Amino acid sequence: MPALVAIALTSIFTQNFVLVKFYGICPFLGVSKKVDTALGMGMAVTFVMTLASIMTWLCQQFILIPLNIEYMQTIAFIVIIAALVQFVEMFLQKSIPSLYSALGIYLPLITTNCAVLGVALLNVRTASVISTAGSYTLIESIVNGFSAGIGFMLAIVLFAGVRERLENSDIPKALEGFPIALISASLLALAFLGFQGMSF
Amino acid sequence: MKEILLPALAMGGVGLVLGILLAVASKIFAVEKDERAEEIAQILPGANCGSCGFAGCSAYASAISAGTAKINECSPGGQNAADRIAEIMGVSGEAVEEKRAAVLCKGTIENAAEKYEYIGVQDCVAASRLQGGGAKACSYGCLGYGSCIKVCSNNAIKIENGIAVIDMEKCGGCGECAAVCPKKLIKIIPKSAKYVVKCQSCDKGAQMKEKCSVGCIGCKICEKNCPADAIKVENNHAVIDYGKCISCGLCAEKCPKKIIELIGAN
Repeated sequence: MPALVAIALTSIFTQNFVLVKFYGICPFLGVSKKVDTALGMGMAVTFVMTLASIMTWLCQQFILIPLNIEYMQTIAFIVIIAALVQFVEMFLQKSIPSLYSALGIYLPLITTNCAVLGVALLNVRTASVISTAGSYTLIESIVNGFSAGIGFMLAIVLFAGVRERLENSDIPKALEGFPIALISASLLALAFLGFQGMSF
Repeated sequence: MKEILLPALAMGGVGLVLGILLAVASKIFAVEKDERAEEIAQILPGANCGSCGFAGCSAYASAISAGTAKINECSPGGQNAADRIAEIMGVSGEAVEEKRAAVLCKGTIENAAEKYEYIGVQDCVAASRLQGGGAKACSYGCLGYGSCIKVCSNNAIKIENGIAVIDMEKCGGCGECAAVCPKKLIKIIPKSAKYVVKCQSCDKGAQMKEKCSVGCIGCKICEKNCPADAIKVENNHAVIDYGKCISCGLCAEKCPKKIIELIGAN
């Protein structure tokens, strides 16, 4: 159990996917204008990451390793993630149309979001803490995927809060729009580097 | 052989299984779409200009099919599009108020003085941010660097004698030029409108005369002569209310500076 908590805290704070590893910057900048949509995007990413962790782990253990074709990881994982995103898209369109239209173009973009592929690849490449042999176990993968998504959500919601405040601020003409957004994103990343001192 | 065949088959198999799953899921999660929305979207010009007030042609099309928008809001599509949409929706066609853009400035090179020589980016937005709002002495005048030309999707604008001129035949009234003009002197007016006041200066008459020979001096002769009470002098220049204007042309006739013009005549 402590090992799982350590994995979760690591992916949420010390190794935050967006602000420390700089994965998934596109949706981070694109869907962070309002806290509501940022929250929706964060949940979609969390959902996809958790599912992708399970599916890619199963694929790795039961298809790639037995056939001895681990080098096909990237292709296999991309295919699986793309199919998953398609599925999530259909599901949202049917069940939560408002979230579907709010996410717009960024939902299909999760397909090529390196954060999701990143979590899948890290799962099968990081040494396990629970079992002595090989990479993360299924449960570790799920926890890692889920908390990486939570980390993404935390970052994007924090950033959306900052950007909502920026809307009403007096910003120098040359910095209006994306420049000031990038500056605030870098300050946020700097703040997250403060977690580096903690070790789990 | 095996080294190639095995991964190919494995990947193909994974793809096939996922494909079948997605096909099944798309049946389960199928969303009923209003077919009329797609038909309407095909009729609309597809310019996504936004003059209807919606985010784009497809957003407008779905609003029509949902019954929340009028069918006559598309200015570029004109009467033709409205009639065809009316057919699809099964309602009687409404008249489209077609619009056009008009440049409200006559400050050509001969007419308007310049404060300094501008050598820089040929762009009104950039030039207008300089000290004094550009080289033209009148800070309300057309700079003539053609920012409007760059955004016009119909090629309807050209620069003649240092000011923008709009080709009424080509203009669809989408309002892109009006939005980009840093001087806000391109206005979207009804296509039926015949007369425009070609000056937007807020300077007082005496100051105006020093800068430009064709500026509105706010004499109010037009206001006094208008039989329909449609023209008013506000902020030192005349403004026509097209809801009231009867296109009699009296104001144009009486204007001492001849800045109220019959448009589309030449």
